[in-house]
Amino acid sequence: MNQTYAVGAVTAVVLATVLIGALGLRISRTTSDFYVASRTVRPGLNAAAISGEYLSAASFLGIAGLVLVQGPAMLWYPVGYTAGYLVLLVLVAAPLRRSGAYTLSDFAEARLESPQVRRLASLFVVGIGWLYLLPQLQGAGLTLEILTGAPDWVGGLLVAVVVTGTVAAGGMRSITFVQAFQYWLKLTALLVPVLFLLAAWYGDGAPRARFDDPAVLRGHTVVKVADTVRIGLDAPLTVTVTGSVDSVTYEKRTVTLAPGTHHVLGGTTLAFAPGAALPERVAGGTDPPPASGRGDPPLAPLGWSQPLAGGRDGHQLYATYGLILATFLGTMGLPHVAVRFYTSPHGRAARRTTLVVLGLVGAFYLLPPLYGALGRIYAPELALTGSADAAVLVLPDRILGGLLGDLLGALLAGGAFAAFLSTASGLTMSVAGVLTQDVLPSRGVRHFRLATLLATAVPLVVGVFASKVPVADAVGLAFAVSASSFCPLLVLGIWWRRLTPPGATAGLLLGGGSALAAVMATRAGLAPEGWPHTLMAWPAVWSVPLGFLTMVMVSLATPRRVPPGTPALLARLHLPEEITGTVPGPAQEVRR
Amino acid sequence: MSEQHPPQASGRGDPQRRPRRETVTYASAHGAGTTVPGPARRHPVHPPARSEIDEQTTLGHTYVRSLMRSQLRAALTALGALALLVGSLPLLLALPAPEAFVWLALGVGVYPVVWGTALWYVRRAERNERDFTGLVER
Repeated sequence: MNQTYAVGAVTAVVLATVLIGALGLRISRTTSDFYVASRTVRPGLNAAAISGEYLSAASFLGIAGLVLVQGPAMLWYPVGYTAGYLVLLVLVAAPLRRSGAYTLSDFAEARLESPQVRRLASLFVVGIGWLYLLPQLQGAGLTLEILTGAPDWVGGLLVAVVVTGTVAAGGMRSITFVQAFQYWLKLTALLVPVLFLLAAWYGDGAPRARFDDPAVLRGHTVVKVADTVRIGLDAPLTVTVTGSVDSVTYEKRTVTLAPGTHHVLGGTTLAFAPGAALPERVAGGTDPPPASGRGDPPLAPLGWSQPLAGGRDGHQLYATYGLILATFLGTMGLPHVAVRFYTSPHGRAARRTTLVVLGLVGAFYLLPPLYGALGRIYAPELALTGSADAAVLVLPDRILGGLLGDLLGALLAGGAFAAFLSTASGLTMSVAGVLTQDVLPSRGVRHFRLATLLATAVPLVVGVFASKVPVADAVGLAFAVSASSFCPLLVLGIWWRRLTPPGATAGLLLGGGSALAAVMATRAGLAPEGWPHTLMAWPAVWSVPLGFLTMVMVSLATPRRVPPGTPALLARLHLPEEITGTVPGPAQEVRR
Repeated sequence: MSEQHPPQASGRGDPQRRPRRETVTYASAHGAGTTVPGPARRHPVHPPARSEIDEQTTLGHTYVRSLMRSQLRAALTALGALALLVGSLPLLLALPAPEAFVWLALGVGVYPVVWGTALWYVRRAERNERDFTGLVER
């Protein structure tokens, strides 16, 4: 792949982000502008901004990668990311806007009149924000590594620096412009190349992607295995090996591997002849240990592209429902999503904005699965090398080649960076907002800038050390925590008048806390194989009911603690603004 | 949920709430704090139903509850449609299905269903609000 074009495209996206951000900075004059764009953002612009912010690296790269490795079952990811907005729309959108809350912590305090609940909510906002930022930065690292061969921390650092700069300088107003721009950039960057790729695929005789059988390599293919893997063979396979297979070291030797499982040490290069069936990765642990593999280093319980959704039948159905619950219910509690509702002028606009968002996001999600299917046909070996997330980036070069391939590849690289930048800015904005209000000693714009630095530095440092999980899976973990903590808080807070501060605290701690613990243990590789691993990797099925149940039970047990302002607050959440008269007028803005 | 229960506080809301911390982002963002703005900020004359709501009488709460109930009904209907049409798909797809069906259902078919449900909900919720405003402004 030609590096010059790709680097040029990434540079252009970064520069455009900074420039549009600077434009916003010139407009952003008052404190109100800085935080919430004075709540004058039009629904069209706001919807594009929300969508631009929401479509992260997981959507742009991750879905295609997972589809390539695991087939159409992974289409539940984009479906869940979209349907989450429907659940948000019907249960939360208008009341959340009418609550006047800027962050989820604000909502918790306004609804429950308790600074303790507020602080706890802030902890979850920061935790979920960091969990979500981590894969964005790692994805940026992977992209830049593939494009230029730079070490994998460089891309993350680049995104962190640009985001910290734009957010700290311009605040929300500039972010709104940047995000809206980045939605259209991302859509274009996926749409234009896929048209060319589909034309080439059609001209190629429209080969079918096969997901039931091992993929067949179309040309002479050289695969460098990143981490130690175990591969399963149904038939004898002849490969040229440089490195170590089953503890035997080869140097450019052609060997025939017998059917069964084999250990391939990380760093080994395998060269396949055209027409060879690509070996499938085998999950570690549950298979009988290979006779010759005893001295090998143990497989990491969760390797790079070891999917969290286990392939075994019973687990698969459970994992699918875990994913559905996490994404359907988790969207409403994502810190960068909630912040956006504050920029709508009133509740009705918040609903209509969400409707437009659903259209924009749904249209975008028609595209990544196409890349996954094409990747399965033309670049199946990515499943073995550990960089399936890169499928989107390498396909133009693989299918078209030449100048056209380079240019389209550059467009995709630019779009990928737009994805990292937009989601990371939104998350940084909300995490920094919470840090400024609830963690740092004093408020004010100067501390907000300090908080911005803190918000990106922590996941950047952690990202260098944390194990690599496919980016869509990693984002799924953040959704699970959000679904188990903020979903019960928001839904019960908006629709149930007997919610009490002790109930909310207990529910957040038990539901959100257990999901967070399960997710952390999974990421640290502590979860034992089999059902315990599946249960901990997809906690939403049990942790969401746990969160709801705890909140309801403890609230019912503490009926005297119902906040006195509850009836008035619920009236404000549900009554149209014409009646409550809370449409922000110029008079209120002047008070600042 | 608790719509059937009598209101907790039947009289006025609690006007003597402790002063809030002044934060740029929340408290100052909607002048009157967290209570519904009192009569002082409004036009002097109101239709009776609206005054009941403003002054948080039992009758006023009943009005609010009726709106909440109709909005919750709309929300639950939309969620029911989502659960039925989309939430049942994993079970359906667990049966042996042609791969093309999986692709069409999950890759394309779900999105119009989700969007259509959202459109229905937005119209319904706005109609509920219009009906309510018509009721109390009369």
